[in-house]
Amino acid sequence: MIFSFDLLVNAVISGVLIGAFYAAVTAGVSISFGILDVVNIAHPAFIILGSYIAYIINAQLGLDPILASIIVTPAFYALGAGIYQIYYASFEKRGQESLRGLAFFFGLLFITEVSLVLYFGVDYRYVEAPYIGPTWHLGFVDIPLRILVPCVVSLLLIAVLQFVLTRTFLGRAIMAVAQDQMALKLMAVDPIRIKRIAFGISIATASLAGAFLIIIQPVEPSVGREYIGRVFAICVLGGMGSLPGTLIAALLVGIVESLTATFYGPSWSPAVSFGFLLLTLAVRPAGLLGR
Amino acid sequence: MRSDLFLIVCLIIGGVIFAAALALGNDYYFFAGYVVLQYVVLSTAWNILGGYCGYVNFGSAAFFALGAYSAVAIHRLHPLPIPVLVLIGGVVSGIVGFGMGYLTLRLRGAFFAIATLALAVVLQTLVVNWEYVGGSRGAYIVRPEAIAPLGSYIRYLFLIMLLLAVGGLTAARLIERSRLGFGFATIRDDELAAEASGVPTLRLKLIATTISGALMGMAGAPLPYYIGFLQPSSAFGLDYAVNSIAMPLIGGTTSWVGPLIGAVLLGSLQQIATVTISSAVNLLIVGFLLVGFVIVAPNGIIGLVHKYVRHQPDELVGRRHVSVDAPGNPT
Repeated sequence: MIFSFDLLVNAVISGVLIGAFYAAVTAGVSISFGILDVVNIAHPAFIILGSYIAYIINAQLGLDPILASIIVTPAFYALGAGIYQIYYASFEKRGQESLRGLAFFFGLLFITEVSLVLYFGVDYRYVEAPYIGPTWHLGFVDIPLRILVPCVVSLLLIAVLQFVLTRTFLGRAIMAVAQDQMALKLMAVDPIRIKRIAFGISIATASLAGAFLIIIQPVEPSVGREYIGRVFAICVLGGMGSLPGTLIAALLVGIVESLTATFYGPSWSPAVSFGFLLLTLAVRPAGLLGR
Repeated sequence: MRSDLFLIVCLIIGGVIFAAALALGNDYYFFAGYVVLQYVVLSTAWNILGGYCGYVNFGSAAFFALGAYSAVAIHRLHPLPIPVLVLIGGVVSGIVGFGMGYLTLRLRGAFFAIATLALAVVLQTLVVNWEYVGGSRGAYIVRPEAIAPLGSYIRYLFLIMLLLAVGGLTAARLIERSRLGFGFATIRDDELAAEASGVPTLRLKLIATTISGALMGMAGAPLPYYIGFLQPSSAFGLDYAVNSIAMPLIGGTTSWVGPLIGAVLLGSLQQIATVTISSAVNLLIVGFLLVGFVIVAPNGIIGLVHKYVRHQPDELVGRRHVSVDAPGNPT
């Protein structure tokens, strides 16, 4: 095998760009699984739902997919808050979250996917936007704008979330609920309300991540499944609930996947995230920036 | 009932089912019955880990496909009788189950669930890239038209699956009533307290993942002969994963009867719905039933029976009345 320098640099750069997008995809799981301890394995399915909503708005009204996804975030927030309320009342309150809660989210994942298949079929869908298509050529480095734009907005999203979590009262309350729910109660804050808000925020990010996804690649309902392993691998590697850790882990996974795809063929890249997951669990279960 | 007696009763019931299917004279019943029995084995296997220990395995399809693909790989090398392939499929899936458990079970339960989900994706990647077993294009298995005393080959496959179901149910019942089963129940109810009382939780969990994985692999081994053309996307299908979780949860997870009820009910329902409506809609029905049951009837059909027929509160379903001086350290 010939390692050409151009190829290597291009692979690393596209890995970084994709990695930032992975960070946006994982941010929701870092909040729900990492901070709230709610194992929402249906998150990738909500991301695909976000993709399809961006697709509908884009196809019907011609709106920019990212703008469309920002407009529907309140709906996603409400959906998330509603799901958490059901989850809390049916499982968390009864102390059954481990077995039945997981099955609940698995059922949601399945229902979302099959419903999308029934409604839209299994054809690939894509969106239209001015930045899909053109590519910047900087020397021998190619940067497709359809990946650069989601990458930049993803970084913005992570920055905003990090600001909210560390600098605002609400964010501190969310971090506190992860540490000691009882103490929060004694401070006259309703921990269930805080968790509901946080879970709503986590699902709201799925709307944005869905729009990024459909800008980067055409989407069909079962694409979400590839992201389950990836998202949780990044979340665990990043240290469960640390957003800077999530970003670093996402960049790492993005780069290694891109290198694997370039030098061994794209059909091997799904195995990368699993390798990372197993390695992390075996060597350093606390992750990179674990608490 | 003693276990050997139970096995004999099961075998007699199995014999009656087989004779009834023969008497109906239509091979369709064997094709449909095979699928239902396959789900009985899969959901019983899932329940040994999921229901008894409380650890969720989302990768049933992976273990199942592993059994099927071991059969394909060996068939390419040298055709062996199916019962031997079933054993080999069981050994391969059992080893993978053990390895998965060893890496993830020392951590919180959720990690195991997530790792099993990811395992399915990775095994599928490996199979897609493995040209020897057909890669992404799939592999043809030419099955013999007929087999000596039974007539058509599907009857032979049906009989194998029937025996596997009987074996699986007997094993599950045996585990449930043994020290092993008591140990599993302590893990499900309070792992920390079990560990503190000297229950060797890690060892028990590894036993459970190995048995459960092996049984799933055994269920998968005859699949290539059943469908004749094995593709990664069909062997790793999400419907296997969702069904093997939905069936025990709908039936009831605390005893061997639950997965049996769930698999027979849901399996037959799906066979009917696939013929009359469409296969996508029937998967949607399974999804809704799963979510509905875990919210409304946490102990499944068994729980409903206990509640309305025997007037027993939900919390007590599946709990055993063990006296205080019962053996404290099940191994």
